[in-house]
This record gives sequence, structure tokens and C-alpha cells, in this order.
Amino acid sequence: MVLKVQGLYKSFKRKPVLKNINFELGQGEILAILGRSGVGKTTILRCINNLVKCDRGIINVDQMYLCKDDGEGNTVYAKPQQMLQIRKKLGLVFQNFNLFPHMSVLGNIVEAPINVFGISKKEAKDRAMDLLEMLELSDKANSYPFELSGGQKQRVAIARACALNPKIMCLDEPTSALDPELREGIASTIENLAKDGMGILIITHDMNFAKRIAHRIIFMDEGQIIKECSKEEFFNNIDNERIKSFIS
Amino acid sequence: MMEYILRLLPALLSGLDTTLKVFFLTLILSIPLGVLVAVGRLSKIKPLVALVELYIWVMRGTPLLLQIIFVFFGLPIVGITFDRFPAAILAFVLNYAAYFGEIFRGGIESIDKGQYDAAKVLGFTPAKTFTRIILPQMIKIVLPSVANEVITLIKDTSLVYVVGLGELLRAGKIASNRDVSLVPLVVVGVFYLVLTAVLTAIFQKLEEKYSYFQ
Repeated sequence: MVLKVQGLYKSFKRKPVLKNINFELGQGEILAILGRSGVGKTTILRCINNLVKCDRGIINVDQMYLCKDDGEGNTVYAKPQQMLQIRKKLGLVFQNFNLFPHMSVLGNIVEAPINVFGISKKEAKDRAMDLLEMLELSDKANSYPFELSGGQKQRVAIARACALNPKIMCLDEPTSALDPELREGIASTIENLAKDGMGILIITHDMNFAKRIAHRIIFMDEGQIIKECSKEEFFNNIDNERIKSFIS
Repeated sequence: MMEYILRLLPALLSGLDTTLKVFFLTLILSIPLGVLVAVGRLSKIKPLVALVELYIWVMRGTPLLLQIIFVFFGLPIVGITFDRFPAAILAFVLNYAAYFGEIFRGGIESIDKGQYDAAKVLGFTPAKTFTRIILPQMIKIVLPSVANEVITLIKDTSLVYVVGLGELLRAGKIASNRDVSLVPLVVVGVFYLVLTAVLTAIFQKLEEKYSYFQ
């Protein structure tokens, strides 16, 4: 188990967005969280990556607690030093990538390893070049984000998120900015990461993409998980009205 | 004619020397202070924000000339005295830092919030996020506005005459009165034009340097 979420609650301005979310993600597993926009999918991702603090709940990242119950009903977060260790285990690819426009492709990838985690320049650069080669971007190492296509930017974002060898890779709507013909490419890239043992968490409302790539599906509505099952089960016998209306 | 201009030059150059000293000292001190003003203005600490807003309001809401007079002639009344030059520099720096602060704030605010998210997931501290991610992008955004402000500054330096400092314009005016001639004023004008042209060229180069990203 590389990620475990238990009893996660979050409200914004008293409006509950997440209501008791529980799930696990295994090594090498591809888990897709499906649902309409606005049902709290992205909030889950933001909680796991500590971009927002949850109100209550336990998030365990590769045997380390990002947040947990202190035994008196309060949710406490990891201390900064431990938080940094947890960040190392997590990679996040944003929906709009959020590359640093003033840094080259290579600069984007090596920035955090060198300046945050103190890895030597040479080591960080070698690792970055390996990643770029794997993602077929070696010739773009010295380009700047504005010179890249959407698909290329996404691969740079993946490389940046992979730079510290995370155990978990989160992708927020990975197909939303891509032309249909690029979907297969990103699907096989994600599968390769999973084969290396990374746990993959994909947030999407793209049914066909989930069908193509996921091992397991979580379906969400109104801040709750209303179905969790294998992909086969999900797509073969749809008994829930809300899922039916979502798919059709 | 040339001979007359050459005779004027020593006095004008000594005036230019004061002008440039005021100009560079103000720039060197007010730009970093302006960054602090912007950061204070954007902080989440309410009293600090209110204080910075008050400061900006006063500095932009009253004439720079008044501020110089206030520091040099006003403050001694309550027992705070400055020499002419430090008094002028103090007023200039406080005034220009307010303007730069507002320009920098606009620049910082126009940067996509996703940049902060990206920095945070990569483990950046807030300080590193600012210096490595936000500041370089801000500089590119604010360059044209800063160029404007800097060109205004070179001309504003003429205000230090009020505390009796002999800057460029004052030197020209003295010569013009003494010789009943228009020439010193024209020469002074040419000096300012050349300075402005040089500054414009420098900022053009800077903008080119920052054009490597979008």
C-alpha cells in the first residue's frame, strides 16, 4: 500500500465538499477517480498533496502520516521536515501543468532536486536527461515552456514530478488539454510508470480514458464515493442510476 | 558659441554630478525597499497591510517637493536634523519606494496562482518560492513600468534645488540669470535628453534580455 486515505472530510465556507472519503492505492496500481466536475475529485488530490488542509481524516503516504488523528479528535499534520520527506514520495501533474515559464525544460526538472533537496547538479541533470529520453523529449531539454505543444508540456510536467522518484503519481485531468490522438501516448507513458511500481492516481471525467488505462475505478458524486470496484465490474454491470447517467 | 558652452561646462558637470548621485542612490535604495513594500502590502497580517497602505497613500498623495521640504526644514522643528543631501535622499527613497512597491505588487499579483501550487508540491519554502519562481517572472512583467518611473526620477532630481543642493538645473539657471542667456537652459535640456536616451536604451536591452521566456 503506497497511499491510504481514511475518513477524509473537507468543507469550503461551511459547504461540505468531501464527506468521509476512504480508499487505498497499491504499488503499481492505476486508480481512476471518476465523476462530474465539482464533486470534489480535485479537492481529494489537493488534500493528498497538502495544497489544502483537510478538516478531518487520515492520509498515509508510503508509511508516513501526512495527517492523522491525535487521539483526541483533532487532525494533526506532519512537521515541516517530515513533510519534505512526504513531498518526495508524491508527484503531481497539474491539469494546466504549471511549468515555470522562466526556466528551460531541464531547469524545470532539476530545480527542486538541486535547490530543495540538495542533490548534486550532475546527478539531478543525469536523472532529468534519462527522464527526458524516456519521454522522447531529449531534443527539448533547452527549450522553454512557451515553445512546446500541450502534449510536450504535459510530458515535461510528468518528468518534473518524477524527478525525485516518487512512489505515487497524481494526475489531474490528464486528457483535458490533449488532442484525441495524443491520448494513447499519455496512456502508455502512465502504464510504464505503473510497471516500474509507481502507484498512479488519476482524476478524470473522461470515461474512455479511464476504461483504457485504469485497473480500478472510484466513482464520486456529491463529495462521496458511491462506487469502488475493478474496471471490468464498473463498465460491465452498471446498476447505479447516477453512474448510468454519467456514462451515457 | 562653442567657447561659451565650454566655459559653462565645469559648473554644469558639477551639477550633473549631484543629479546622478541623487538618481543612483535613490534607485539603489528604493528598489529593494519597494520589494519589501509590495510584500508587506500583500501579506496576510492585517495591521501591516493597513500600515503599508497608509504609507503609500501619504507618499503618493502629497507632492515630492513637500516631502523634501518636510524632511529638511520641517523635522528640525521637532529636533530631527539632516544635512541637505541625506534629507533629499531620504525623501526621494521613501517616495519612490511607494511607487515601486505598487508596481511590484501589480506584477506579483498578475502571476498565475498555479505557480505557487507547483512550487509548494515541489517542496519550496515560501522564501524560495519568492526568490526562485515569483521574482524572476515579476521582473519581466514590471520592466516597462519601472522604466517609466526611472525616467521620471532623472527629471525629479531637479527638485533637490529646494534644499540648496546645486544640481544640474540649478547650475543652468544660475548661469542663465548671470549671463542673461538662453543657452545654459538649452544645454541643460540636452543633458536631460541624453540621460533619458541612455536610460531608454538600457531598459530596451533589459527587456530583450527577458524576452527568452513568455
